[in-house]
Amino acid sequence: MLQDRRKNLLVALALIAPFAAIYALAFAYPTIQMFRISFTSAPLIGAGDWVGIENYTRLGKDPLFSRAVWNTLYFVALTVVPGTLIALMIALGVSRLAGRLQALVLALFFLPYILPVSVVYLIWDWTLNFQFGIAMHVLDWLGIPRIPVTKSRTWFMPAVAWVTIWWTAGFSILLFLAGMRAIPAEIYEAAALDNASRWTTFSRITWPLLRPVTALVLTIQLILQLKIFDQVYLFSIGGRPNENMVLVYYIFNKAFQQNQGGRAAAVAVTLFVIIVVVSVLQFQLLRLAGRRRQ
Amino acid sequence: MRESSVQRWNLWSGLITAVTIICAVIWAFPLYWAVVSSIKPEDEVVRPYIELWPETLTFQHYIHALTATQIGTWYLNSIVVAVGVTVVCVFTSMLCGYALSQLRFPGRTTLWWIILASFMVPTQALIINHFELIANLGLVNTWIGTMLPQFIHPVIIIVYKQFFDQVPRDFREAALMDNASEFAILFKVYLPMNWGVTTALSIVCFIWTWNAFLWPFLSVTRTEMMTVTVGITQVNDAFGVYYARELAAAVLAGLPVALAYLLFQRRVTEAITLSAGIKG
Repeated sequence: MLQDRRKNLLVALALIAPFAAIYALAFAYPTIQMFRISFTSAPLIGAGDWVGIENYTRLGKDPLFSRAVWNTLYFVALTVVPGTLIALMIALGVSRLAGRLQALVLALFFLPYILPVSVVYLIWDWTLNFQFGIAMHVLDWLGIPRIPVTKSRTWFMPAVAWVTIWWTAGFSILLFLAGMRAIPAEIYEAAALDNASRWTTFSRITWPLLRPVTALVLTIQLILQLKIFDQVYLFSIGGRPNENMVLVYYIFNKAFQQNQGGRAAAVAVTLFVIIVVVSVLQFQLLRLAGRRRQ
Repeated sequence: MRESSVQRWNLWSGLITAVTIICAVIWAFPLYWAVVSSIKPEDEVVRPYIELWPETLTFQHYIHALTATQIGTWYLNSIVVAVGVTVVCVFTSMLCGYALSQLRFPGRTTLWWIILASFMVPTQALIINHFELIANLGLVNTWIGTMLPQFIHPVIIIVYKQFFDQVPRDFREAALMDNASEFAILFKVYLPMNWGVTTALSIVCFIWTWNAFLWPFLSVTRTEMMTVTVGITQVNDAFGVYYARELAAAVLAGLPVALAYLLFQRRVTEAITLSAGIKG
């Protein structure tokens, strides 16, 4: 019996070891290092002196950091709720279709999500091109003067937010569709027997039963958009990166462009804490959603 | 009275269906527009009006991208990195998921919580220390360096554990009676019963890695070591201000993942829903 348990432990160790080794090297160690160097004056690579919480207190005085915070929050406001609403409306439309038509329409909405961000960037950089972009032809038709979108202070964030919604909506649509499929058909049949109107059916059945999924989509979106970097970086090429500064961009800028690893790590820790807090919230929602469906 | 309300109902249904389809076409239009622009000659691309189909169809931009730029090298880098990450990540996650699901050992609950907690860690916050790590190991500008931080996707372990949990205990007990080892049980019983989820997870892991931008962008400074998703945005002189050339490169970069999705549509959507913690 004792031998059995020892054998079991050895087998378990052998199975876990490959993952544990990679995890320790590429995940646990960098995480600890991130916290550690955030209290030092380390450059990107190499050691630095212990400076206590100076890296954190200096952030408060850095106008570029506050701009990064505001821009990130602005971007979150422009994407999370609008993106979720757009995805919900699309999912409601798609869920009414059936068979091949549904698969085709879903594929059209979903395809952007599967593409790399750089491809999405090139497609929209071309679509929004000031001289030749098709979006500018549309503006011409509407009689609106053309806008150099990616060079404009006012329109940069809304445009990047729109591209992001276009890119990521497919994922939210999938989650909404899964949520809708989980609603038993009998409930709708009963509603139809009672001659319930379309709006009543939505507001009394679909929407309340979708609330857990909606909460899940909102938190996933929130976590995703707080980590915004790629699109802002790409659309800022040849533009004004400092105007469009967001949190991850600030980390990149401090660490990789100014060689200030310690100060960048302080921002990384801040971002880390914010996201872990939001994720704990999401985890609770998930458990709630799981319980509801059973 | 009844009849007219039914008719109105149908009219509404038809209208909503039509609106949905029109929206889907508009939604996907930029994709179509990029592809069509990439098969037009450069002078047609910059015409001041919209032509939905090229007057002269040409593949010269693709030929240019494939012969005059480094896109072939970037493709090779992307394939090596994406396949490497997928194989290592799915395999190690499967082993770990099996141990968590089927074996009882001290520290099991702790390990499970560590994995659930790692799910929440934003890898964007770790870029500084990931770079420090690969620099210290001398792995900047190498395939391994680009792969290393991407080997860990806690969600794959979580999904595997859920699926292994669902395999009826009888299979395991019968195999144990026959004196089968744990490895034999995993590879001859549990894995074959879960080929579906293994394929699905492998496809999305491949897509995630192929599409990764931030880390491959940081871990490589030499153009010949770039992955294709980074290369097409970083090497401007490769395409100049030739819009059609740039779009041809974009189409080439997106093609493998778009094909993977179109070929395995059901598996991909299944795995993506699973990765959000919802069983579709």
